[in-house]
Amino acid sequence: MNDKNKIITGLIIFVIFITFPFWYNMGKAAPVPEPKLTEKAKLEKECIEPKEFMKAEHMQILDVWRESVVRNASRTYVSKTGKKFNMSLASGDDSCIGCHSSKADFCDKCHNYASVRPYCWTCHIEPPKEKK
Amino acid sequence: MENSRRSFLKIAGISALGFGTKPVLNAFASGGNSEKHEAEIQKNPAALKAKRWAMVIDTRKYKSEEDLKPIIEACDKIHNIPKHTNKRHEIMWIWIDEFKYVFTNQEHEFVDDRVKHLPFLVLCNHCEKPACVRACPTKATFKRDDGIVLMDFHRCIGCRFCMAACPYGSRSFNFRDPRPFIKEENKEFPTRMKGVVEKCNFCAERLAVGKMPACVEASNGAMVAGDLYDPESEIRKLLKNNYTIRRKPELGAGPAIYYIV
Ligand code: HEC
Ligand code: HEC
Ligand code: HEC
Repeated sequence: MNDKNKIITGLIIFVIFITFPFWYNMGKAAPVPEPKLTEKAKLEKECIEPKEFMKAEHMQILDVWRESVVRNASRTYVSKTGKKFNMSLASGDDSCIGCHSSKADFCDKCHNYASVRPYCWTCHIEPPKEKK
Repeated sequence: MENSRRSFLKIAGISALGFGTKPVLNAFASGGNSEKHEAEIQKNPAALKAKRWAMVIDTRKYKSEEDLKPIIEACDKIHNIPKHTNKRHEIMWIWIDEFKYVFTNQEHEFVDDRVKHLPFLVLCNHCEKPACVRACPTKATFKRDDGIVLMDFHRCIGCRFCMAACPYGSRSFNFRDPRPFIKEENKEFPTRMKGVVEKCNFCAERLAVGKMPACVEASNGAMVAGDLYDPESEIRKLLKNNYTIRRKPELGAGPAIYYIV
């Protein structure tokens, strides 16, 4: 049993190797993203529906919207609070992008974190980048 | 000792029950919550409506391609239609063709000179029985109750069955990303992407806010859109007082674009 040293060194190397991902990412855990509101959105105070609902359901809303606009020609959304919105992802002042005009600071913040890549922007036109 | 173990188990049991049911209760709570969001979806009261949309094109009102350019431009511009340099990649919603290709069944050797050399505007015929709708495997192409044949670009998988089915060649395929070929983007309308088919949409987005199709608006009266089933409509009057022809009616698709020659 003279190989004790070798075995121990091997074990140490093995343990370091196996736990390497943890070391490597230590202290770098991606912080939960905080989507930034634009000045315009801040003025409006409220999204089309309550924040928590939007967080969880915005993809559903968009899906309902596009179905309704394209197939039923119904383009006006009246929220629970009685406010009217032109149902659009990216055109007009009261579309999603009308308020959340900085896609990079808002939608992308969450989406990059959650690793979702909606393909909408290959057709729907993004607002210009420089706007903050 | 006995006693305390007993009470410990009791408490543990009850709290396990509590934790166990919490998600269920949450689900109930959120179910109630989402019920509160009785949002509503409405139509714009100003929207133009018809039982059956159709168009009449009065070919007597123009003479040359120059007269038709502004009409095509108007459409291209608001719908972000790319201008490809390669002809084979061309995207067309409304375009110009010759009599012999447009009215293949009426063409003969002795067609009069005016008609022979006149440019004809062609676009999707918004057929009564659209072959493209039957061919589409994903229901991306569909016919609305008011007769407009539309595409839901979100569903198009680019199989091009519709292009094979359409007897009028009204559809174009995006062989390339169209964006680099759009000079000036209209921010109010999405572009398309590589791999989808597209065609004229009778300006559904304009009708929905009370505007006539862009081509009609730009045509100085050479094109008229209206309700085919309303005997008082302008297009019915035009149809009543003028002899009109349609493209390839013998196929039975029931095209809704009428030409006064
Ligand atoms: C009238 C302006 C306005 C419009 C239109 C609008 N939003 Fe919002 N949105 C806001 C505001 C303001 C907030 C912040 C609400 C809060 O903090 O309570 C918000 C919050 C959100 C949130 C939650 C963000 C977070 O911090 O968790 C999401 C997601 C969201 N919006 C998505 C959308 C989508 C998708 C659309 C289009 C369907 C849309 N919004 C349309 C103003 C708007
Ligand atoms: C609070 C964080 C957050 C914000 C802000 C946010 N999203 Fe999302 N979004 C998500 C998450 C998380 C998902 C993935 C949900 C899932 O996969 O179930 C998602 C999914 C989507 C999807 C569906 C994608 C797919 O492939 O199924 C769309 C579309 C979308 N978001 C649009 C938007 C738009 C447009 C905005 C900006 C106006 C926005 N989102 C802002 C968190 C956010
Ligand atoms: C292939 C191109 C294409 C893609 C990709 C696409 N759209 Fe669209 N979308 C359109 C077109 C064209 C319209 C019709 C616009 C109109 O009639 O005003 C539309 C309409 C809509 C509408 C309603 C009208 C408007 O102005 O926004 C919504 C909402 C919408 N799309 C959401 C989405 C979402 C969410 C995604 C991504 C998950 C997406 N779309 C991806 C082309 C596309």
